[in-house]
Amino acid sequence: MAAMFDNLTSRLSRTVDALRGRGRITEDNIAETLRDVRMALLEADVALPVVKRFIEGVRAKALGSEVQQSLTPGQVFVGILHRELVALMGGAAAGFTLRAQPPYVVLLAGLQGAGKTTTAAKLARWLIEAQKKRVLLVSTDVRRPAAILQLERLAAQVGAGFFAAEAGAAPAQIAADALAQAKRGLYDVLIVDTAGRLHVDAALMDEAREIDRVAGSHERLFVVDAMAGQDAVNAAKAFGSALDLTGVILTKADGDARGGVALSVREITGKPIVFVGAGEKPDALEPFDPERMATRILGMGDVVALVEQVRRDADVDEAQRLARKVAKGKGFDFNDLRGQLEQLLKMGGLASLMEKLPQHLTRGAATQVPGDREVRRQIAIINSMTRRERRQPGVIDGSRRRRIAAGAGVQVQDVNRLLKQFQDMQRMMKSMKGGRLARMLGSLKGGRPPGFL
Amino acid sequence: MATIDSDNGGTREGFFRRLRTKLNKPDSWLSYDLANLFRGRAIDGAALEELETRLLTADVGVEATNEILESLAQSVRRKELDDVDALVDALKNAIFGILEPCAKPLDISGSRRPFVLLVVGVNGSGKTTTIGKLAQKLRDDGKSVVLAAGDTFRAAAIEQLGVWADRTGAAMVAQQAGADPAAVVFDALQSARSRGTQVLICDTAGRLQNQAHLMDELKKVKRVIQRADPSAPHEVLLVLDANQGQNALVQAREFNEAMGVTGLALTKLDGTAKGGIVVAIARQLRLPIRYIGIGEGADDFGVFDARSFTDALVEGAEPSE
Repeated sequence: MAAMFDNLTSRLSRTVDALRGRGRITEDNIAETLRDVRMALLEADVALPVVKRFIEGVRAKALGSEVQQSLTPGQVFVGILHRELVALMGGAAAGFTLRAQPPYVVLLAGLQGAGKTTTAAKLARWLIEAQKKRVLLVSTDVRRPAAILQLERLAAQVGAGFFAAEAGAAPAQIAADALAQAKRGLYDVLIVDTAGRLHVDAALMDEAREIDRVAGSHERLFVVDAMAGQDAVNAAKAFGSALDLTGVILTKADGDARGGVALSVREITGKPIVFVGAGEKPDALEPFDPERMATRILGMGDVVALVEQVRRDADVDEAQRLARKVAKGKGFDFNDLRGQLEQLLKMGGLASLMEKLPQHLTRGAATQVPGDREVRRQIAIINSMTRRERRQPGVIDGSRRRRIAAGAGVQVQDVNRLLKQFQDMQRMMKSMKGGRLARMLGSLKGGRPPGFL
Repeated sequence: MATIDSDNGGTREGFFRRLRTKLNKPDSWLSYDLANLFRGRAIDGAALEELETRLLTADVGVEATNEILESLAQSVRRKELDDVDALVDALKNAIFGILEPCAKPLDISGSRRPFVLLVVGVNGSGKTTTIGKLAQKLRDDGKSVVLAAGDTFRAAAIEQLGVWADRTGAAMVAQQAGADPAAVVFDALQSARSRGTQVLICDTAGRLQNQAHLMDELKKVKRVIQRADPSAPHEVLLVLDANQGQNALVQAREFNEAMGVTGLALTKLDGTAKGGIVVAIARQLRLPIRYIGIGEGADDFGVFDARSFTDALVEGAEPSE
């Protein structure tokens, strides 16, 4: 599955390359390309009707001359896709003016497990920290066991007020009481959490409407899981018509889903995505960035920007030397590793590079990315080795490890860890001998990013 | 009865009837105007393309959809399919053929005591609710159950599980919030042993499969269980939300690689989400599908059955016979 998508850029390059030299792009010769795009978007969980409309838009643009005249049509074509996605997902994010007679009431609604309660707490925290507002949280979820207690705990964590409902009160009653409490307590914002509900459950959708009416909410936000599939459009449509939504919050975006649902829900509700939840902590709430989302849906990462940066900052000769070395099967030693680490620092550290890579490439690595400090420490360890140790790491025994650790001002475990990492890299290099890596590094010289070749 | 589903035939049939009804709402996918779609029309490329659309819209995924369509297209070429009914049957057979090898109910009848079930999944997939329903089922069968409150991260997760323990009459072993989940599970296992409990169900915090440190934490839970009982956990149950798209496949693959998943539970099939992801997962990973959840009630939970599931997907709300 992923494999097909990973190759979108190269496949598009191939099919679009084939168009070059022809008189003009016609419906016929672009059909295959558009089919690739269609499949790719479907694999990213963009809803089919939305995919169809999108493809129509792209077809119209692609039939122009821009693609045809370009030297790198694949790249240009991906660029068109990207721009179209950004245009569709962007637009005025008008939410959260907070311009109303306080308390400003925010209602969160969505399916079970979308992340409403966590989002309520994150939103409260953002309003408190960034907007300096006094926030009251209330849960009207009388159905899920301990849901109310969950929000109460989170409210305490983020420093928001919490309205404790009377036992046995109905959801709408709780909302009304909370609103009264918000007024009495001079809160700026009241955030109303609701029980997860299915859009086909008429009774519960009525209940949501009733809560909304009683609370007189200014914002009605649809909370949707970034991993959601094709059916998200049906839910979005139903919630949209029941609640006159003002915006969307996309949750669990720290996963590796391509998040095509962002495009679908934006299209179907016509409402902006105001926030993105991207982590388990209460501060993991970000403004929505259509550029990044488009990049992610296309599964390409900011590859273009990355390659430019590498070309600008990297020592190409050094990379080529390493590539030749690996290609010849000569051992990768600590001198090489130090060179790599130094380049890394020059380019702003691994973390900033990782950000630009497609999610699926960096899966699982995000938490293990060493910061600049860690990189400097590793360089210090290598600097504490003798020349022989750097060339022949096999000689590094227990007493040498202790000496190196002392020299670099680190623990022996740190040295051990670096040695282990080094061995892993060496193994990897051996397996890539003369293969991918060499080509990858070699391609830097040509100035063309791999994948656009 | 070899499986934990010891419902008598009547209840079981009731469950599948409800499943059929729930999966075939008026706007349901394949059943909806499937007959109308092809009536009076030759089964041609356009008809197959329409089917493709429907499978994709059901989250079946590109690969599985292609495989199913290819098998149908072959039959059409061989002139084996000449009317709508035949095409529908062929579609059912194709889906059934993929699902059937994965319809393996969980067997906990063995001598292992306690039978250790470790429940894992991403945030919001429905782990705790699934545990509650499963505990209810086991209690109804007269089994003794201990729940381990291994989600020590999410606020009030322990209390949520506690409510289910009270409802079902299962015992619960918990520590304070923030405790090491491996320690909680270890305690629970010791406790279940000393009480001679039949089944231990371990809850865990939701985690996204790409969060390496959280996956490591989960591996540690498994290691600790294995240290206490090398044969355990006897089931690593991955809970998947039917509303999820293609990422559910990635979830299944990654959790399987990290934890050695032995069974799947598919939740929230009572919406309009089509559950087509089951087909994709069955085809790619061949993991046993144990349970499906079709609602919030304790009854809305049952053993996965490939034939009923396929029929429910393809047929109308009422069984055709």
